[in-house]
Amino acid sequence: MQKTLNNKAWFMVLPVLFIVALNAIVPLMTVVNYSVQDTFGNNLFFFEGTRWFSEVLASERFHDSLLRQFFFTFTILVIEVPLGVGIALTMPRRGFWSSVCLVLMALPLLIPWNVVGAMWNIYALPDIGLLGYGLNWLGIPFDYTQQPVSAWFTVILMDVWHWTSLVVLLAYAGLRSIDDNYYRAAQIDGASRWAVFRYIQLPKMKHVLTIAILLRFMDSFMIYTEPFVLTGGGPGNATTVLSIDLVKAALGEFNLGVAAAMSIIYFLMTLLVCWLFYTLITQGEKK
Amino acid sequence: MGLSWMAWTWQTGLFFGVIALLLVAMTLRELQRPGGAPRHGVLGLDTTRGDRLFISLLGSAYIHLAWLALVPWPLWWALVLSAIYAALVFRYV
Repeated sequence: MQKTLNNKAWFMVLPVLFIVALNAIVPLMTVVNYSVQDTFGNNLFFFEGTRWFSEVLASERFHDSLLRQFFFTFTILVIEVPLGVGIALTMPRRGFWSSVCLVLMALPLLIPWNVVGAMWNIYALPDIGLLGYGLNWLGIPFDYTQQPVSAWFTVILMDVWHWTSLVVLLAYAGLRSIDDNYYRAAQIDGASRWAVFRYIQLPKMKHVLTIAILLRFMDSFMIYTEPFVLTGGGPGNATTVLSIDLVKAALGEFNLGVAAAMSIIYFLMTLLVCWLFYTLITQGEKK
Repeated sequence: MGLSWMAWTWQTGLFFGVIALLLVAMTLRELQRPGGAPRHGVLGLDTTRGDRLFISLLGSAYIHLAWLALVPWPLWWALVLSAIYAALVFRYV
Protein backbone atom coordinates (compact mmCIF):
# COMPACT_ATOMS: atom_id res chain seq x y z
CA MET A 1 0.00 0.00 0.00
CA GLN A 2 1.31 3.42 -0.92
CA LYS A 3 1.36 5.67 2.13
CA THR A 4 0.75 9.38 1.82
CA LEU A 5 3.76 11.32 3.01
CA ASN A 6 3.14 14.75 4.45
CA ASN A 7 5.73 16.22 6.77
CA LYS A 8 3.28 18.88 7.98
CA ALA A 9 1.70 16.10 10.02
CA TRP A 10 4.63 16.45 12.38
CA PHE A 11 3.06 19.67 13.66
CA MET A 12 0.25 17.51 15.07
CA VAL A 13 2.84 16.03 17.42
CA LEU A 14 3.60 19.42 18.98
CA PRO A 15 1.06 19.23 21.85
CA VAL A 16 2.45 15.83 22.85
CA LEU A 17 5.97 17.18 22.61
CA PHE A 18 4.97 20.03 24.91
CA ILE A 19 3.49 17.69 27.51
CA VAL A 20 6.46 15.31 27.31
CA ALA A 21 8.78 18.30 27.68
CA LEU A 22 7.05 19.31 30.89
CA ASN A 23 6.77 15.90 32.50
CA ALA A 24 9.87 14.16 31.18
CA ILE A 25 12.48 16.32 29.49
CA VAL A 26 12.59 19.18 32.00
CA PRO A 27 12.82 16.84 35.04
CA LEU A 28 15.45 14.78 33.22
CA MET A 29 17.50 17.91 32.53
CA THR A 30 17.21 18.83 36.21
CA VAL A 31 18.46 15.39 37.19
CA VAL A 32 21.42 15.82 34.84
CA ASN A 33 22.13 19.17 36.51
CA TYR A 34 21.94 17.63 39.97
CA SER A 35 24.24 14.78 38.97
CA VAL A 36 27.23 17.08 38.54
CA GLN A 37 26.67 19.13 41.68
CA ASP A 38 26.52 18.88 45.44
CA THR A 39 23.97 20.62 47.63
CA PHE A 40 23.34 21.14 51.31
CA GLY A 41 19.83 22.44 50.73
CA ASN A 42 18.64 26.02 50.38
CA ASN A 43 19.06 25.83 46.59
CA LEU A 44 22.83 26.25 46.94
CA PHE A 45 24.79 24.06 44.56
CA PHE A 46 28.50 23.35 44.13
CA PHE A 47 29.95 21.96 40.93
CA GLU A 48 31.50 18.51 41.37
CA GLY A 49 32.03 17.36 37.78
CA THR A 50 31.83 13.61 37.28
CA ARG A 51 32.64 12.75 40.88
CA TRP A 52 29.23 11.20 41.68
CA PHE A 53 29.33 9.05 38.58
CA SER A 54 32.75 7.65 39.51
CA GLU A 55 31.53 7.10 43.05
CA VAL A 56 28.36 5.29 42.01
CA LEU A 57 30.14 3.16 39.41
CA ALA A 58 32.67 2.03 42.02
CA SER A 59 30.15 1.63 44.84
CA GLU A 60 29.54 -1.86 46.11
CA ARG A 61 26.08 -0.85 47.27
CA PHE A 62 25.12 0.10 43.72
CA HIS A 63 26.58 -3.14 42.31
CA ASP A 64 24.61 -5.16 44.86
CA SER A 65 21.27 -3.50 44.16
CA LEU A 66 21.90 -3.77 40.43
CA LEU A 67 22.60 -7.48 40.83
CA ARG A 68 19.43 -7.93 42.89
CA GLN A 69 17.51 -6.00 40.25
CA PHE A 70 18.74 -8.26 37.45
CA PHE A 71 18.08 -11.34 39.55
CA PHE A 72 14.52 -10.20 40.21
CA THR A 73 13.80 -9.29 36.59
CA PHE A 74 15.38 -12.47 35.23
CA THR A 75 13.53 -14.70 37.69
CA ILE A 76 10.09 -13.25 37.09
CA LEU A 77 10.58 -13.35 33.30
CA VAL A 78 11.65 -16.99 33.44
CA ILE A 79 8.56 -17.83 35.48
CA GLU A 80 5.91 -15.50 34.04
CA VAL A 81 6.47 -15.93 30.31
CA PRO A 82 6.27 -19.76 30.11
CA LEU A 83 3.53 -19.83 32.76
CA GLY A 84 1.52 -17.18 30.93
CA VAL A 85 1.85 -19.01 27.61
CA GLY A 86 0.91 -22.27 29.32
CA ILE A 87 -2.24 -20.79 30.86
CA ALA A 88 -3.22 -19.11 27.57
CA LEU A 89 -2.90 -22.48 25.80
CA THR A 90 -5.26 -24.17 28.25
CA MET A 91 -7.90 -21.44 28.16
CA PRO A 92 -11.09 -22.16 26.17
CA ARG A 93 -10.92 -20.56 22.74
CA ARG A 94 -14.49 -19.31 22.60
CA GLY A 95 -17.81 -19.33 24.41
CA PHE A 96 -18.98 -18.42 27.89
CA TRP A 97 -15.99 -19.86 29.75
CA SER A 98 -13.45 -17.99 27.68
CA SER A 99 -15.06 -14.71 28.85
CA VAL A 100 -15.07 -15.92 32.45
CA CYS A 101 -11.37 -16.85 32.20
CA LEU A 102 -10.51 -13.49 30.63
CA VAL A 103 -12.26 -11.52 33.38
CA LEU A 104 -10.65 -13.65 36.11
CA MET A 105 -7.27 -13.18 34.47
CA ALA A 106 -7.73 -9.42 34.24
CA LEU A 107 -8.61 -9.04 37.93
CA PRO A 108 -5.08 -8.91 39.41
CA LEU A 109 -4.13 -6.29 36.82
CA LEU A 110 -6.85 -3.96 38.08
CA ILE A 111 -5.56 -3.83 41.65
CA PRO A 112 -3.39 -0.79 42.49
CA TRP A 113 0.22 -1.63 43.20
CA ASN A 114 0.31 -0.43 46.79
CA VAL A 115 -2.81 -2.51 47.52
CA VAL A 116 -1.10 -5.58 46.05
CA GLY A 117 1.87 -4.91 48.34
CA ALA A 118 -0.36 -4.48 51.40
CA MET A 119 -2.40 -7.59 50.53
CA TRP A 120 0.67 -9.78 50.24
CA ASN A 121 2.18 -8.19 53.32
CA ILE A 122 -0.72 -9.45 55.40
CA TYR A 123 -1.16 -12.68 53.44
CA ALA A 124 2.45 -13.71 54.08
CA LEU A 125 2.72 -12.70 57.74
CA PRO A 126 3.98 -15.75 59.66
CA ASP A 127 1.62 -15.34 62.60
CA ILE A 128 -1.71 -14.29 61.05
CA GLY A 129 -1.31 -14.48 57.25
CA LEU A 130 -2.75 -17.49 55.45
CA LEU A 131 0.38 -18.14 53.39
CA GLY A 132 2.90 -17.51 56.17
CA TYR A 133 0.96 -19.38 58.82
CA GLY A 134 0.17 -22.24 56.44
CA LEU A 135 3.81 -22.74 55.44
CA ASN A 136 4.95 -22.72 59.07
CA TRP A 137 2.17 -25.14 59.94
CA LEU A 138 3.47 -27.48 57.23
CA GLY A 139 6.86 -27.37 58.94
CA ILE A 140 8.52 -25.01 56.43
CA PRO A 141 10.17 -22.19 58.37
CA PHE A 142 8.89 -19.02 56.74
CA ASP A 143 9.24 -15.44 57.96
CA TYR A 144 9.72 -12.82 55.28
CA THR A 145 10.48 -10.14 57.87
CA GLN A 146 13.56 -12.06 59.06
CA GLN A 147 14.74 -14.46 56.34
CA PRO A 148 16.03 -13.14 53.01
CA VAL A 149 14.98 -16.33 51.18
CA SER A 150 11.41 -16.03 52.44
CA ALA A 151 11.37 -12.34 51.50
CA TRP A 152 12.55 -13.10 47.97
CA PHE A 153 10.07 -15.95 47.65
CA THR A 154 7.22 -13.64 48.67
CA VAL A 155 8.29 -10.77 46.40
CA ILE A 156 8.61 -13.05 43.38
CA LEU A 157 5.37 -14.89 44.12
CA MET A 158 3.59 -11.55 44.47
CA ASP A 159 4.88 -10.33 41.13
CA VAL A 160 3.98 -13.61 39.44
CA TRP A 161 0.47 -13.37 40.89
CA HIS A 162 0.10 -9.76 39.83
CA TRP A 163 1.56 -9.80 36.33
CA THR A 164 1.39 -13.28 34.80
CA SER A 165 -2.13 -12.30 33.65
CA LEU A 166 -0.66 -9.69 31.36
CA VAL A 167 1.40 -12.35 29.57
CA VAL A 168 -1.67 -14.62 29.49
CA LEU A 169 -3.86 -11.95 27.90
CA LEU A 170 -1.26 -11.04 25.29
CA ALA A 171 -0.47 -14.67 24.48
CA TYR A 172 -4.20 -15.44 24.31
CA ALA A 173 -4.73 -12.57 21.86
CA GLY A 174 -1.86 -13.98 19.77
CA LEU A 175 -3.38 -17.47 19.84
CA ARG A 176 -6.82 -16.21 18.87
CA SER A 177 -5.43 -14.57 15.76
CA ILE A 178 -4.36 -17.95 14.34
CA ASP A 179 -6.63 -19.12 11.57
CA ASP A 180 -8.42 -22.44 12.14
CA ASN A 181 -7.10 -23.71 8.82
CA TYR A 182 -3.61 -24.01 10.28
CA TYR A 183 -4.93 -26.42 12.92
CA ARG A 184 -6.88 -28.38 10.32
CA ALA A 185 -3.80 -28.71 8.15
CA ALA A 186 -1.79 -29.85 11.18
CA GLN A 187 -4.47 -32.43 12.00
CA ILE A 188 -4.44 -33.80 8.46
CA ASP A 189 -0.65 -34.10 8.60
CA GLY A 190 -0.96 -35.91 11.92
CA ALA A 191 1.15 -33.34 13.77
CA SER A 192 1.74 -33.91 17.47
CA ARG A 193 0.59 -31.41 20.08
CA TRP A 194 4.21 -30.31 20.53
CA ALA A 195 4.66 -29.82 16.78
CA VAL A 196 1.52 -27.67 16.63
CA PHE A 197 2.90 -25.53 19.43
CA ARG A 198 6.42 -25.34 18.04
CA TYR A 199 5.61 -24.68 14.39
CA ILE A 200 2.24 -22.92 14.45
CA GLN A 201 1.42 -21.34 17.79
CA LEU A 202 4.84 -20.17 18.91
CA PRO A 203 5.81 -18.44 15.63
CA LYS A 204 2.38 -16.77 15.51
CA MET A 205 2.81 -15.54 19.08
CA LYS A 206 6.30 -14.19 18.45
CA HIS A 207 5.29 -10.53 18.19
CA VAL A 208 2.97 -10.44 21.17
CA LEU A 209 5.51 -12.36 23.25
CA THR A 210 8.22 -9.85 22.37
CA ILE A 211 5.89 -7.10 23.54
CA ALA A 212 5.02 -9.08 26.68
CA ILE A 213 8.69 -9.60 27.51
CA LEU A 214 9.43 -5.93 26.85
CA LEU A 215 6.58 -4.76 29.08
CA ARG A 216 7.43 -7.20 31.85
CA PHE A 217 11.12 -6.38 31.62
CA MET A 218 10.58 -2.63 31.86
CA ASP A 219 7.96 -2.88 34.58
CA SER A 220 9.98 -5.25 36.73
CA PHE A 221 13.17 -3.31 36.14
CA MET A 222 11.49 -0.18 37.48
CA ILE A 223 9.43 -1.90 40.18
CA TYR A 224 9.15 0.09 43.38
CA THR A 225 5.78 0.18 45.10
CA GLU A 226 5.07 -3.51 45.62
CA PRO A 227 8.40 -4.58 47.20
CA PHE A 228 8.54 -1.29 49.10
CA VAL A 229 5.16 -1.92 50.71
CA LEU A 230 5.85 -5.63 51.20
CA THR A 231 9.38 -5.72 52.59
CA GLY A 232 10.64 -2.12 52.46
CA GLY A 233 13.81 -3.51 50.88
CA GLY A 234 14.50 -5.75 53.87
CA PRO A 235 15.33 -7.79 55.82
CA GLY A 236 18.51 -5.72 55.92
CA ASN A 237 19.08 -4.86 52.28
CA ALA A 238 18.07 -8.30 50.99
CA THR A 239 15.30 -7.11 48.65
CA THR A 240 16.58 -3.58 48.02
CA VAL A 241 16.28 -3.35 44.26
CA LEU A 242 17.58 -0.38 42.27
CA SER A 243 14.56 1.87 42.60
CA ILE A 244 14.30 1.35 46.36
CA ASP A 245 18.01 2.07 46.75
CA LEU A 246 17.60 5.16 44.60
CA VAL A 247 14.77 6.53 46.74
CA LYS A 248 16.79 5.76 49.88
CA ALA A 249 19.72 7.77 48.51
CA ALA A 250 17.61 10.66 47.21
CA LEU A 251 14.97 11.13 49.89
CA GLY A 252 16.28 9.13 52.86
CA GLU A 253 19.84 10.41 52.83
CA PHE A 254 19.25 13.53 50.69
CA ASN A 255 22.28 12.62 48.59
CA LEU A 256 20.91 14.40 45.54
CA GLY A 257 24.13 14.23 43.51
CA VAL A 258 24.66 10.51 44.05
CA ALA A 259 20.97 9.77 43.50
CA ALA A 260 20.93 11.81 40.29
CA ALA A 261 24.02 9.99 38.96
CA MET A 262 22.36 6.68 39.86
CA SER A 263 19.16 7.74 38.09
CA ILE A 264 21.02 8.58 34.93
CA ILE A 265 22.85 5.25 34.87
CA TYR A 266 19.54 3.52 35.59
CA PHE A 267 17.85 5.54 32.83
CA LEU A 268 20.58 4.65 30.32
CA MET A 269 20.10 0.96 31.07
CA THR A 270 16.34 1.12 30.52
CA LEU A 271 16.86 3.22 27.42
CA LEU A 272 19.26 0.65 25.94
CA VAL A 273 16.92 -2.25 26.62
CA CYS A 274 13.96 -0.29 25.26
CA TRP A 275 15.87 0.48 22.10
CA LEU A 276 16.93 -3.16 21.69
CA PHE A 277 13.35 -4.39 22.01
CA TYR A 278 11.97 -1.61 19.83
CA THR A 279 14.52 -2.48 17.15
CA LEU A 280 13.70 -6.17 17.46
CA ILE A 281 9.98 -5.47 17.04
CA THR A 282 10.21 -2.97 14.19
CA GLN A 283 12.90 -4.86 12.25
CA GLY A 284 10.94 -8.08 12.78
CA GLU A 285 7.82 -6.48 11.31
CA LYS A 286 9.67 -5.48 8.18
CA LYS A 287 10.66 -9.07 7.44
CA MET B 1 9.06 31.58 37.11
CA GLY B 2 12.82 31.43 37.35
CA LEU B 3 14.87 28.45 36.42
CA SER B 4 17.00 28.44 39.57
CA TRP B 5 15.29 25.27 40.83
CA MET B 6 16.71 23.43 37.82
CA ALA B 7 20.20 24.20 39.15
CA TRP B 8 21.75 24.89 35.75
CA THR B 9 25.51 24.96 35.28
CA TRP B 10 27.19 26.20 32.12
CA GLN B 11 28.62 22.73 31.59
CA THR B 12 25.23 21.00 31.54
CA GLY B 13 23.79 23.91 29.55
CA LEU B 14 26.49 23.37 26.95
CA PHE B 15 25.78 19.62 26.96
CA PHE B 16 22.08 20.06 26.18
CA GLY B 17 22.84 22.94 23.83
CA VAL B 18 25.10 20.70 21.76
CA ILE B 19 22.39 18.02 21.58
CA ALA B 20 19.80 20.61 20.54
CA LEU B 21 22.22 21.98 17.91
CA LEU B 22 22.82 18.45 16.61
CA LEU B 23 19.05 18.00 16.15
CA VAL B 24 18.75 21.35 14.38
CA ALA B 25 21.75 20.54 12.19
CA MET B 26 20.27 17.16 11.29
CA THR B 27 16.96 18.83 10.37
CA LEU B 28 18.67 21.45 8.22
CA ARG B 29 20.76 18.83 6.48
CA GLU B 30 17.66 16.75 5.77
CA LEU B 31 15.92 19.81 4.29
CA GLN B 32 18.95 20.73 2.25
CA ARG B 33 19.93 17.24 1.14
CA PRO B 34 17.12 14.75 1.71
CA GLY B 35 18.59 11.31 2.14
CA GLY B 36 17.50 10.23 5.58
CA ALA B 37 15.57 7.22 4.30
CA PRO B 38 16.48 3.95 6.05
CA ARG B 39 19.49 2.05 4.77
CA HIS B 40 20.81 -1.39 5.58
CA GLY B 41 24.00 -1.28 7.63
CA VAL B 42 26.65 -3.64 8.94
CA LEU B 43 24.59 -4.60 11.99
CA GLY B 44 21.83 -5.86 9.71
CA LEU B 45 19.56 -3.03 10.83
CA ASP B 46 17.66 -0.54 8.72
CA THR B 47 18.57 2.84 10.19
CA THR B 48 17.72 6.42 9.32
CA ARG B 49 20.01 9.35 10.10
CA GLY B 50 18.03 10.01 13.26
CA ASP B 51 18.49 6.39 14.38
CA ARG B 52 22.21 6.70 13.82
CA LEU B 53 22.33 9.88 15.91
CA PHE B 54 20.47 8.08 18.70
CA ILE B 55 22.82 5.07 18.53
CA SER B 56 25.81 7.44 18.58
CA LEU B 57 24.56 9.39 21.60
CA LEU B 58 23.52 6.31 23.58
CA GLY B 59 26.78 4.54 22.76
CA SER B 60 28.76 7.65 23.73
CA ALA B 61 27.03 7.72 27.11
CA TYR B 62 28.11 4.12 27.70
CA ILE B 63 31.65 4.84 26.48
CA HIS B 64 31.90 7.69 29.00
CA LEU B 65 30.54 5.57 31.85
CA ALA B 66 32.87 2.69 31.02
CA TRP B 67 35.78 5.11 30.85
CA LEU B 68 34.91 6.55 34.28
CA ALA B 69 34.63 3.08 35.75
CA LEU B 70 37.65 1.42 34.19
CA VAL B 71 40.23 3.89 32.88
CA PRO B 72 42.23 6.29 35.10
CA TRP B 73 42.95 8.81 32.30
CA PRO B 74 41.02 12.08 31.78
CA LEU B 75 37.51 11.87 30.41
CA TRP B 76 38.40 13.91 27.31
CA TRP B 77 39.80 10.75 25.76
CA ALA B 78 36.37 9.17 26.13
CA LEU B 79 34.99 12.13 24.19
CA VAL B 80 37.53 11.53 21.42
CA LEU B 81 36.67 7.83 21.40
CA SER B 82 32.95 8.69 21.25
CA ALA B 83 33.51 10.99 18.28
CA ILE B 84 35.32 8.19 16.44
CA TYR B 85 32.52 5.80 17.40
CA ALA B 86 29.87 8.25 16.16
CA ALA B 87 31.72 8.72 12.87
CA LEU B 88 31.86 4.94 12.40
CA VAL B 89 28.15 4.62 13.23
CA PHE B 90 27.22 7.29 10.68
CA ARG B 91 29.44 5.70 8.06
CA TYR B 92 28.68 2.01 8.46
CA VAL B 93 25.61 1.27 10.65
